[in-house]
Parts: sequence; C-alpha cells; structure tokens
Amino acid sequence: MATVAELEVRTGRRAELALLGIAWVIIVLSRALVDYHADFLELAPLAIYGGGAAALMLACHLIIRRYAPSADPVLLPAVFAINGVGLAMIRRIDFAYAQYRGRETDFGAAQIGWTIAGVILAMAVILVIRDHRKLRRFTYTAGVVGLVLYLLPLVPGLGVEINGARIWIDVFGRSLQPGEFAKIAMVVFFAGYLVTNRDTLALAGPKILGLRFPRPRDMGPLLVVWAAALLLMIYQRDLGASLLFFGIFLGMLYVATQRISWVITGVALFGVGAVAAGIVFPHVRSRYDAWLHALDPEVYSSGTSEQLVRGLFGMASGGLFGTGLGQGRPDLVPYAESDFIIASIGEELGLTGLMALLVLYLIVVQRAFRTSIGVRDGFGKLLAAGLGFSLALQVFIVVGGVTRVIPLTGLTTPWLAYGGSSMLANWIVVGLLLRVSDQARRARTEASA
Amino acid sequence: MSEISITLLRFGFLILLWALVLAAIGVLRADLYGTRVTSRGRGREARRKADARTDKVAAPSRSATGIRTGSISTRDETAAHLAVTAGALKGTTIPLGSAPILVGRSPTCTLVIDDDYCSAKHCRIFPEDGGWKVEDLGSTNGTFLDNQRVDDPMPFKRGDKLRLGATTVELRG
Repeated sequence: MATVAELEVRTGRRAELALLGIAWVIIVLSRALVDYHADFLELAPLAIYGGGAAALMLACHLIIRRYAPSADPVLLPAVFAINGVGLAMIRRIDFAYAQYRGRETDFGAAQIGWTIAGVILAMAVILVIRDHRKLRRFTYTAGVVGLVLYLLPLVPGLGVEINGARIWIDVFGRSLQPGEFAKIAMVVFFAGYLVTNRDTLALAGPKILGLRFPRPRDMGPLLVVWAAALLLMIYQRDLGASLLFFGIFLGMLYVATQRISWVITGVALFGVGAVAAGIVFPHVRSRYDAWLHALDPEVYSSGTSEQLVRGLFGMASGGLFGTGLGQGRPDLVPYAESDFIIASIGEELGLTGLMALLVLYLIVVQRAFRTSIGVRDGFGKLLAAGLGFSLALQVFIVVGGVTRVIPLTGLTTPWLAYGGSSMLANWIVVGLLLRVSDQARRARTEASA
Repeated sequence: MSEISITLLRFGFLILLWALVLAAIGVLRADLYGTRVTSRGRGREARRKADARTDKVAAPSRSATGIRTGSISTRDETAAHLAVTAGALKGTTIPLGSAPILVGRSPTCTLVIDDDYCSAKHCRIFPEDGGWKVEDLGSTNGTFLDNQRVDDPMPFKRGDKLRLGATTVELRG
C-alpha cells in the first residue's frame, strides 16, 4: 500500500518568456556577427530582422498563453534558438559562396520565408487541433496519406530526380519533399494502429536465449513495414528516409509493447536488408565504401567520399571553439547549407557550439518523452514518443553520417538545414508536441489549482 | 571594431548558447510534475500488516513535506480525483468531473488497467445524488469495496478502498 500525492505544476509561461529572450539575443547576435564579417553590417536591416524575430516569438508566446496555457515552456525557445543559428549560418554560407565561388545564392532569405511559414503552421496546428485525441479518428486516413506522400515522387511527370535520389516533387516550379510530411502522417498512423493492436503484438511466443520473442504469426506488420522501407531504399535511393521510416516504427512498437525482442528482431531484419542492398545495388555499395574507406586516396579521388572528407576537415579546422561565425571557409564543402550544415557549424562554432546545439536537440527530445509519460491516453503517449523519437533518430542519422559514425545519407537536420519542406514539417511537429504537452500538464495544473 | 572585441563577441556567442542550454535545464529542474508515491510499509511483511489494519493512520511526516495528500475524511463527501494506490498503475490519478468512469483492460475505458485479473470492462464509477457509486460490470474476478463484493451499485466514499484484480483505487479530495 502506498500514498499517492499530486505534485504541483507551474505552467511555466514566464520561464518560457525569459528563455525566449535569451534565444532572441542568440538569433540577433549570430546575424550581426555574420554581417559584420561580410562587411555588410547595417543597423536598419538588422533592426528589421530583430524586430521581426521578436514579433514572431512574442506572437507565439501570446497564442500559447491563450490557447495552450500549460504547454511545455522549454520547447519553443529551444527550437527558435536552433532555427536562428541555422538562419545565420545559411546567410553566412550565401556570403561565402559569393566571396570565394562567385556564386550568387539567396538561401538565407528563402529560409527566413520558410521559417515564418513554419511558425505560422505550428500555431495553426495549436489553434485547429484543440485535442490531439481527435487525430486518432484519422488513423487509417493518415496511413493512406503517408503512403501516397511517400509514393508521389515516383509518379512520372511529377517526381523530380536530384542528385540520384527521387524524393522531390515539382509543385508550381518549387521542389517539395513530400517524405518530410509523410513522416508525421506515419507517426499518427503507427500511434493509432499500435494503441489498438498492441495487446496481440505483446503476446509472448517462443523463448530463445533467455528472451521471449513474439509469436511468428504476429510478425506480419513488422515484415510489411520492413518491406516498405526496403522498397523506399531501392526505388527512391533514399537510405536516410528508409532508415528513419523503419526506425520510427520499431521505436514506437517498443514503446507500445515494452518488448526488447521486437527491437532485436527489427534491427536484425534491417541489418540483413542493408547488407543485401550493399551487395546488390552499386549506389548503396559506393555509400558504404565512402563511409568505411573515406580517407583512402582511391575512394577520395573517385569523388564518392570527397564531400564527407571535406566536412571532416572543416570540423577539424574549427577545433574546440571554432573559427568564429563568418571567419571560416564553409563553402569548401558541397551542400554546406543543407546536408552538411552540421559540418559548417562545427567549423565556425567549434565543438563547443555544436555540442550546445546537440544538447538543445536533446532537450527537445527529452520534453517529447516527458510529455509522453505525462499524458494519460495511450494514443497521445505513442504520438508524443513517436514524434520525439523521429526527431532524435533524424538528428542521429544526419550527425552520424557527417561524422562518419554511420554511412552518409541525405536527410535534413530539423530546423537547421536549408529546405522548405523540412522546415514546415518540423514546425508542425513542434505544434503537435506543444498541443500534447498542454494536455499532459493541464489536468495537473487544474487539479492542483 | 577592434580585434579584441570581436574575439570577445565570438566567445560571448558560445557562452550565450550554453547559457540558453543551462537556463532551459534549470527550468526543467523546477518543472517536475506527476505524482509522488510513498511506500508506507517496509518490505512485504510490513505491507501485509498495513493492509490488514483499517488504514486510518496517516503518517505525520506527510504534512511536513508540504505536498497536498488529500487527507482521508469521510465527513467531506466531495471527491476530486481517483487515485490508484496499488497495482501496475500505482501513482496514477484521474480528476473526477461529472462523467462516469469506466475501469478495465479495454482501451476505451477511462482508466485502462494492464492486469491479467481484470476484465475488459470491469466496473463503473459514477456520480449519483451528489456522491459517487460503484457497480460491477459482470467481471470475472469481481470488484471488492473494503473486502465486500460489489454486485448492485454501492456508495463509494472517500477513503474506501476499491479492489479489482491486483489494483486498488481510492477516492481523494
């Protein structure tokens, strides 16, 4: 027998405002440093930028105060800070391209537009979805939508192939990456599916090496998702998305059933698939070669590992404290503004700055899991855990690829890398997490009021 | 700007990034929420004894912790939430409104219990005449209110212990 006592909850809105203040200084200072080193520093544009950022952050804060008063106070400032550093870094890379390459790019301005659109979408999610449990009604709709979004790039005439990966579609002259949105739809689908079917999936089967494995006849869903992930890898040549897709399912399956044997089975299956793909498909094998023998002169001169090695050199020249914003040479790495923004940040902010960003990601993910523990309904638990895990896995795949822990794959770093679809999709994730965390903490604040 | 002030700003930016990280962690430290579960007995033997006693002895130290514990008083009929005091969900509380609460293993229940000795829809706790009542929904292993089997709706007062399977729930103020 035990006594159960409720702990009081603070809504944390004032703490959020204070943290947003620090994030705002980071956003403005990073841009000022970049502009100063490009001899571009003028007060008026900087004031407009700072004023705009302050207005956007304050608007978010007020909307949350009014419509999600118990939402998590740390989520928003952390994401704003990551996004702000990303904006400054992309602007910095624009300057570097112009200065050293004679290449006129305007990634920075475009990314500001995507950020504003993303923040508006996140707030729209909070305003439209008043109760995340309503999403459960759209379980199978979300599954179908996710599947269609994944398949869209394969439609002839609509899909565009860029750099060997067929993951973009052409909409009004802009290329969109529907896979980013499919990720969210799939998390909703898995959450709804697993919350109703977890009892069968948790049933015990044969015992092998001291571990209870699930019954073979319950393996169906796992095999279907595995096959889908493999098809994604083969037809779209998108290793990252297939790893992310399979990983999200496996992570959520583990959260739903608490059976480590699912994870072992799944990882073994994926390992088999990855090795087989490396033997059968040359483009996968060249990725593995670039990863395992990156510094081999033969592999380097063939060009497969050039980007990876340049990124490593960039981070090495950054060292512990970095060259300083605006003082490095991030333009030497291909795709420094998108796939390799982690390397650019490692170069100019050093290990210290990169670690700070990674800890901010960690905080965001931790808040998602905390929300998952706090919220009462099973669907909300799986939704929050799935969204948090998808962010964590995505950051791991990108950073792991750039730092040669795993083979390099083309995924975007959430809120940091250049890319419209990724920015919009990940801000929608923020909106969903804020909504669920409001539900998780609201009952507590009301009960103790 | 001079070289030194640029260097200072460069390091100042890194310090600022970490300031945000540490401030966020500081906020998280102050943001513990949920329930605190305090075990009353020491070990299984003591716990069994505690069960056997009618449980009216509230540990005095609880008031000193400053946490609202919802003192057990049968005079005040208004209950604000349902607390699980034993079983897999120990520590869970559900705020009580005007809606009835279904307890069982089915995911459609208000309180979903993962307990092999519970039925899919085990029992229902519902408001009536300003108080709360409990009825069994034909469960296999039965619902017990203070060790008395519940068949017809019985009044469920604050401090009463409702046992279903390995789970015990209580009404709290």
